[in-house]
Amino acid sequence: MPPPPPWLSVFPFCDSRLVRTQQTTFQIDIASDIVSSMVVGSLKLWTDLVVEGFQKSLRVGKFLCLLHAIDTYVCTPVLPYGPSMLPTLNSTGDLVLVERVSTWLGKVGRGDMVLLRSSEDPRKTLIKRIVGVEGDTVTYLVDPKYSDASRTCVVPWGNVWVQGDYIYNSRDSRTFGAVSYGLVEGKLFWRQIWPLKSFGSLHGKAKEDS
Amino acid sequence: MGTRSLLWDITKKYLTVGLVGLTISDRYASIVSIRGSSMSPAFNPGSDTNDYVLLEKFCLDKYRFSDGDVVVFSSPNNHKEKHIKRIRALPGDWIETPNLDVLKVPEGHFWVEGDNSVSSLDSRSFGPIPLGLIRGRVTHIVWPPKRMDRVERETNQRLSPIQDRPKFY
Repeated sequence: MPPPPPWLSVFPFCDSRLVRTQQTTFQIDIASDIVSSMVVGSLKLWTDLVVEGFQKSLRVGKFLCLLHAIDTYVCTPVLPYGPSMLPTLNSTGDLVLVERVSTWLGKVGRGDMVLLRSSEDPRKTLIKRIVGVEGDTVTYLVDPKYSDASRTCVVPWGNVWVQGDYIYNSRDSRTFGAVSYGLVEGKLFWRQIWPLKSFGSLHGKAKEDS
Repeated sequence: MGTRSLLWDITKKYLTVGLVGLTISDRYASIVSIRGSSMSPAFNPGSDTNDYVLLEKFCLDKYRFSDGDVVVFSSPNNHKEKHIKRIRALPGDWIETPNLDVLKVPEGHFWVEGDNSVSSLDSRSFGPIPLGLIRGRVTHIVWPPKRMDRVERETNQRLSPIQDRPKFY
């Protein structure tokens, strides 16, 4: 086998087995080889790109999964809106954190503020304060705006009685009755960063009020 | 050092798989087994085996259901228990209760009954149930293989909401 010509090193894609052929076909061979190796090279580039993109999106997907798990099982931010919790939460502009762990453990009791799915419209969530748990006797003012008539009832098993802090303008258990514990989604535990003076845990406040 | 990094790798892998599985089962679909005979013959026709069914969660975005859907919901009396029953009436429908009253299903609630009405604890004992307690809709039976099939939406005439009642109810 003859040694490869020295100029062959210019074309790194060809190998020495091509040198055996005649001059004319030899050049054609080299040309086709270069083209095919370019195609192969660009294909490799593309596969690399695709693989990298796939890995990146996989990483993003994993991150979203982690976010979902934290949001569903640990804690989630909520923007309360409306006047029903007025002295404790502003009617708008607060940002509170809701933790899910104590709901999951069943450790939500009287005086806790909870996030719950509305039993009248499941697409809405409410923030109210638990006034009575299962088996409690609850006495409440039916319509404090216009009369001081009160009514007493017993909270059924597996249910909780929720009321807003601002009873004059709150749609709560007084209208739709006790709600099932399965609708409670989490307990409010931290009022958020803004405005700064209200920054802090809601825990002590709940104790004071109840 | 080598074993530690190996352990860390394995933990990370399991954690990732767990998180992905959790997300899928929370948001998209999961597989549950059915115990008891309250839904036979649709599920568990023989009492010795448990059926496994596919539970889809997409319906929880909008809470749109229709009569005859089989749903899984947590019990209104005990949130840790899950029940599987068939929806008989949706908000605004009229339903006949066992003591021959006619009741309008309140807003945001639904009325469920088991297919096997003899041994079924359902809305006839605990009344209308809030829609927010629904945890998913059953679409397919996946196990045992010979019963693998879609779950049909079935409206039983006897139990279906009463259409031709006078308006003053």
